[in-house]
Amino acid sequence: MNTAAPFEPWTDETATPLIEFSNVTKRYGEFTAIDQVDLKIYPKEFFALLGPSGCGKTTLMRMLGGFETVTEGTITIDGVDMKGIPPNKRAVNMMFQSYALFPHLTVADNLAFGLKRSNMPKSEIDGRVEEMLRLVQLQKFAHRKPHQMSGGQRQRVALARALAKAPKLLLLDEPLGALDKKLRQETQFELMDIQEKTGTTFVIVTHDQEEAMTVASRIAVMDHGKLKQVDTPDRVYEVPNSVYVADFIGDVNIIEGQVTKVQGDTAELLWGEGKPSIRGMAGNNLSSQTSGAFAVRPEKVAIFTEEPADRHNRVTGMVEDIAYLGNMSTYYVRLENGALIKSQVANDRRIAHRSITWNDTVWLSWTDTAGIVLAS
Amino acid sequence: MNLGRRLLISVPYGWLVVLFLIPFLIVFKISLSDYAISIPPYTPTLDTSEGWSGFAAYWSKLDFENFVFLAEDSLYIKAYLSSFKIATIATFLTLLVGFPFAYAIANAPEEWRPSLLLLVILPFWTSFLIRVYALIGILSNEGFLNQFLMWTGVISEPLVIMNTNAAVYIGIVYTYLPFMVLPIYSTLEKLDGSLLEAAQDLGCTRISAFWSVTVHLAKPGVIAGCFLVFIPALGEFVIPSLLGGSRTLMIGKVLWEEFFSNRDWPVASAVAIILLLVLIIPIVLFQRNEQKQREQNK
Amino acid sequence: MRKYSWFNTVSLTFGFAFLYIPMIILVIFSFNESKLVTVWGGFSTKWYGELMQNDAFLDAAWVTIKVAVISSTIATVLGTMAAFVLVRAGRFRGRTLFSGMIYAPLVMPEVITGLSLLLLFIAIGLDRGATTIVLAHATFSMCYVSVVVSSRMASFDESLEEAALDLGCTAWDAFKSVTLPIIAPAVASGWLLAFTLSLDDLVIASFTAGPSSTTLPIKIYSSVRLGVSPEINALSTLIIGLVTIGVLIASVTSKRSIQKQKRDELLADH
Repeated sequence: MNTAAPFEPWTDETATPLIEFSNVTKRYGEFTAIDQVDLKIYPKEFFALLGPSGCGKTTLMRMLGGFETVTEGTITIDGVDMKGIPPNKRAVNMMFQSYALFPHLTVADNLAFGLKRSNMPKSEIDGRVEEMLRLVQLQKFAHRKPHQMSGGQRQRVALARALAKAPKLLLLDEPLGALDKKLRQETQFELMDIQEKTGTTFVIVTHDQEEAMTVASRIAVMDHGKLKQVDTPDRVYEVPNSVYVADFIGDVNIIEGQVTKVQGDTAELLWGEGKPSIRGMAGNNLSSQTSGAFAVRPEKVAIFTEEPADRHNRVTGMVEDIAYLGNMSTYYVRLENGALIKSQVANDRRIAHRSITWNDTVWLSWTDTAGIVLAS
Repeated sequence: MNLGRRLLISVPYGWLVVLFLIPFLIVFKISLSDYAISIPPYTPTLDTSEGWSGFAAYWSKLDFENFVFLAEDSLYIKAYLSSFKIATIATFLTLLVGFPFAYAIANAPEEWRPSLLLLVILPFWTSFLIRVYALIGILSNEGFLNQFLMWTGVISEPLVIMNTNAAVYIGIVYTYLPFMVLPIYSTLEKLDGSLLEAAQDLGCTRISAFWSVTVHLAKPGVIAGCFLVFIPALGEFVIPSLLGGSRTLMIGKVLWEEFFSNRDWPVASAVAIILLLVLIIPIVLFQRNEQKQREQNK
Repeated sequence: MRKYSWFNTVSLTFGFAFLYIPMIILVIFSFNESKLVTVWGGFSTKWYGELMQNDAFLDAAWVTIKVAVISSTIATVLGTMAAFVLVRAGRFRGRTLFSGMIYAPLVMPEVITGLSLLLLFIAIGLDRGATTIVLAHATFSMCYVSVVVSSRMASFDESLEEAALDLGCTAWDAFKSVTLPIIAPAVASGWLLAFTLSLDDLVIASFTAGPSSTTLPIKIYSSVRLGVSPEINALSTLIIGLVTIGVLIASVTSKRSIQKQKRDELLADH
């Protein structure tokens, strides 16, 4: 991250991936849970599988753990085909969503559980347990039972247990799902810290896009068993490759219309008879004279009380609602054609924008590179 | 309101005091009396017409003679020990049959489980006596088990099972199986499947995951099931009386015979008191197990 | 979902075979022409005919049913009250003794319960007969009923009752129109349990029955002691049939109502 060369093995043609999915399909009877997935994950990555529930992200991860079989295609870890290898023979460990801490064992015994079943000599186990306890700062709790601990503490025990065997790959199934928001944010940074310290490759499953954006080096956005986009967090946010991804990640305004012009990096979209077209960046595989959609983030939409004549992209409407969020305010502006556009403005001055209020007629505007025109 | 509450408490309370507590005290009292050929067949009886002096005379005649008798006559000690042995062995056998049964139900597809459970409970609703009776037709010398085994050629002479302790074991396993299956099932059903996956993830094979996780976590259910079988089996009367032989010694049977055949009420009462004292230990242990489980579920 | 292993299949098959084969054979041989209970001599319903002629059995059956209906009804009323006391009455003097008296009969060997009640009836000079059996059965069944009902009541949201009081009900009104309908299934299954316990009981009835009132289990027991007989097979078949039908109806109706509730909830969500 703050090393000289950025950590981007996926851009390096010569890098060898740790995990490789080739044409992987998983069916349950008629239902296709995973549909022809190809994916490479590199050593030391913090890779997030993101999607709504039922999109197949958990199935994909459980295949790495050996808890689900592959119907078609192959998965290799470190170059070895994983077909038929049971979970206990894989250098992969998992942190379960429910944590799955053994209720009849103490914290220390939970941490030692996997070590006792490895080749580690007895004399070294205690040391390793101690080391793991230190890693998650739970030295004082070694002799507690899981039910005597808070949710956050249990989460750390589960993490430490999964890391104790020093796996090549750690799978995390909604690891922070059970924690409240404040604790979750703190823990996200802790996770990143531990990942960096141990140098383990992490694959995390989550439905929380903010969490994925915070922790991951790359994100795979999934829907209906397919990978919609695999990219770095900033590219997934700034350059989504489909309306689905744009809509799933963060807040977005979508304006539907007809693509009129595609020229290099820019494209134009006609969204209403007799109105000037909207100009934005051109999305993938976009061609002229097809229906498309323009996506722009609310924070990139500026709001004016008078027409900003010098901007190409400008629309007018009436303020319907104002949501005051403290650090920022969101204005909901109804356009003449009925579309509702959100504009988010930082409240950097105390009385800023007090001049705009309900039912005011306002102008919204954005730069030519603020939004993206996508094929629909 | 307050009156209603008092009424609500006092009706069931009064009923239980009169029909449970007092009878129990009477048993205790009679166990301290002496056998007599009279009606009722024991002395002393309380003569209330003489007031306090009658009560004092009555009190002085009560003693622990019957308990001394029980301790000296090896029949009773043997009966207690043999009840204990039979109940223990039968409980163990029930566990052996019941655990895999409960495990298989808990692992069955979810939509089957209610029906399978119903099938386990159904025999429990039909008469206990009839189920014991049904076993006679299976276990007797000309019974179906012997017919079947001789037909398959495993044996050439019929096995003598009826009227032995073996028949009593089979009877207890057969009639009390639901009591073992249900509590084990309920702990296994609650078992979080990800615990088994976690154990496998951390290097266990399926079988070692079963031993180190499933069996461990099913322990409360196993203990509860064992007590639910052991406690009634210890005082069982019908099974040893119908399936067991004349040499099958169980304390419930001894009590019954002492009372109905010998009409020795004081000794029968003393036998009952000792049986209860013997039972208190497993009952307390059982309660403690239940309590622990309840606390862990919180 | 893991594959269902052969081990599980074997356990299930063996378990159910063990539970059911003896009873199935018993039922089959109730239709046996021959007097022998182990050798098939052709199909016949004559033992059912003879059973219907047997006044001793019919009288005993009538006594048994009367005793079961009355005792289970008393047990249900007392047991429901006791459940209220256990769950709702809070602290009062003698509470520990009370809950002890509720739970003790559940683990008390029947021979002791029977013996103690008999000694009580003799001590107070109550003649033994149907009445004493009813008293005895009501006493031990009420404990089962109160366990069933109190476990339902423990999961009952007390604020429902408070809401009823808030909306103007008297305490009795609130019980009748809110609490009772909600705990009714538990009360009903408590009654059913008490009823079958009473039908089934041999030991306590043997102690508390008088010469004039014999129940069916006592009758069956004394005849079984003399050996197996096709008549008893026929009688057992009738009892097994009735119980099976009863339990199936009860479980199907409760399943239906649960399904209906689920469906309604699902519809309401959309």
